[in-house]
Amino acid sequence: MISVQNLTKYYGTSLAVNNISFEIAKGTVVGFLGPNGAGKTTTVRIVTCYLSPTSGTVLVDNKNILTDSLEVRKKIGYLPENAPLYYDMNVVDHIRFIQDMRKDTGRTNGNRINQVVEICGLGGVIRKNVGELSKGFRQRLGLAQALIHDPEILILDEPTVGLDPNQIIEIRNLITESGREKTIILCSHILPEVEATCNRVLIINEGKIVADGTPLELQSSFEGKGRITIQIKNNLDSFIEKTGHVAGIERIIDTRIISENLKEIDLATVRGIDPREDIFRLCIENQTVLLEMKREETSLEDIFRQLTGKEQM
Amino acid sequence: MNQILVLAKKEFRSYFDSPVAYVVITLFLIIAGWQFSTTLFINNTADLRTLFGIAKFILLFFIPAVSMRLFSEEKRGGTLEILLTLPTRDWQLVLGKYIAAYALILITLALTGIHYISISAMGDPDFGASIGGYIGLALVVGVYLAIGIFTSSLTQNQIVAFIMAFVIIFIFFILDKFVYFMPGFLANMLEFLSIDYHYNNISRGVIDTRNLIYYFSMIFMFLFLTVQVLESRKWK
Repeated sequence: MISVQNLTKYYGTSLAVNNISFEIAKGTVVGFLGPNGAGKTTTVRIVTCYLSPTSGTVLVDNKNILTDSLEVRKKIGYLPENAPLYYDMNVVDHIRFIQDMRKDTGRTNGNRINQVVEICGLGGVIRKNVGELSKGFRQRLGLAQALIHDPEILILDEPTVGLDPNQIIEIRNLITESGREKTIILCSHILPEVEATCNRVLIINEGKIVADGTPLELQSSFEGKGRITIQIKNNLDSFIEKTGHVAGIERIIDTRIISENLKEIDLATVRGIDPREDIFRLCIENQTVLLEMKREETSLEDIFRQLTGKEQM
Repeated sequence: MNQILVLAKKEFRSYFDSPVAYVVITLFLIIAGWQFSTTLFINNTADLRTLFGIAKFILLFFIPAVSMRLFSEEKRGGTLEILLTLPTRDWQLVLGKYIAAYALILITLALTGIHYISISAMGDPDFGASIGGYIGLALVVGVYLAIGIFTSSLTQNQIVAFIMAFVIIFIFFILDKFVYFMPGFLANMLEFLSIDYHYNNISRGVIDTRNLIYYFSMIFMFLFLTVQVLESRKWK
């Protein structure tokens, strides 16, 4: 559905997107993850025909964004970052304006507006001015204007920024619901959001794609490189010394003293090895009491931080 | 065509949803009417010439005020991104906004027609000259507005857009006031570029194609530049 090849974008001399390529199949919900300034918004702006690439080709449904721009734009519903809207219009006029500008023919206009108002839960505010709406309702209106022509492709740039947790869940449900028959690109730096809604994740950092796969695939490829937290009592010093000989343990990340004879230790584990049994045996051998042992699953968050951050796990 | 009118309608409404339209219309009518009526009995002639003279001068301030928000507000608010990702061509957007602002100004000018009615009661104004004056004024306003929409596309700050528009319009307005100090060929050129010079021809009731070509090419040029500015986002 969307095919991006060797896309590069310079702003003046600064490189925003560095030779990225990816394909998005019809009907997938793709999470576009990356820290701020990674190039997400730039990529999305190119796909929506707002900007032109410095080099590379982008095809949307086999139509080139440069030569067939109008056709491409017809297929896409776009919610830009921060949901920019006309604050002096009321909600229903705003939706109608976008619909008219899209020359959306072929269905009875009134019905589609009612549908979109209902899908986005705007029923109570249709006569209100956009300027009077709360942030949550503005995001919904932004979504409504993106959905009005029932687009095949929906592109949402950080749709839940600035919303409270309840609103975030509502918007997320909206995305999942409308995602059943649409191709969706969701830009975000909020990881649980992507984990919850997307069936494919692209992690982008400094203009390059650094990971690509389903959330599960990404997790399994990084599995094992996690951490184990243990709480131990008695013979602490000798235990800590001996952990160095356990095969699966890379290093001690952190030691917290809980009381004189009780410590909590975070251990980094080597990729692919699960050292929990060895830790247990070491405890018995050393006559250390093991009060607690917890293995943290690699979350998308860890992967994200590994790939994009300077921070070490 | 349809989309141009949809946008024009929306822009036109938003002038009336905000105080802009009311302030512009009221202030313009008060200033123009006051200036016109104070000199009417001194001149003691039943014509609208002084009105047109005043109008083209005070519109120098009013037009940039009307046009300044057209694109700069969209830039500042980010709505330009929504507008430019709709399946419309850039020139359609420019034209739609231009038409909306033009309509507002034409309505304002049309309201001064009341002065024609009142002087008709007192004397016998020349209908042809009055119509000529209005046509000339409409063309002058068209150029002012094209310049205004152009500067509005350059910045996201409305005040900056206003000042730039005012300065550019003012330069074109006073060009022919310098011709006395200029050598011949330069004088002719300046004269031809001046907004006012062409207006003076038309308001005499002589509608020459040279004058029309001047106005239409000025309007076209600035609208074309505006489209180029919008498209500059796509420069590689």
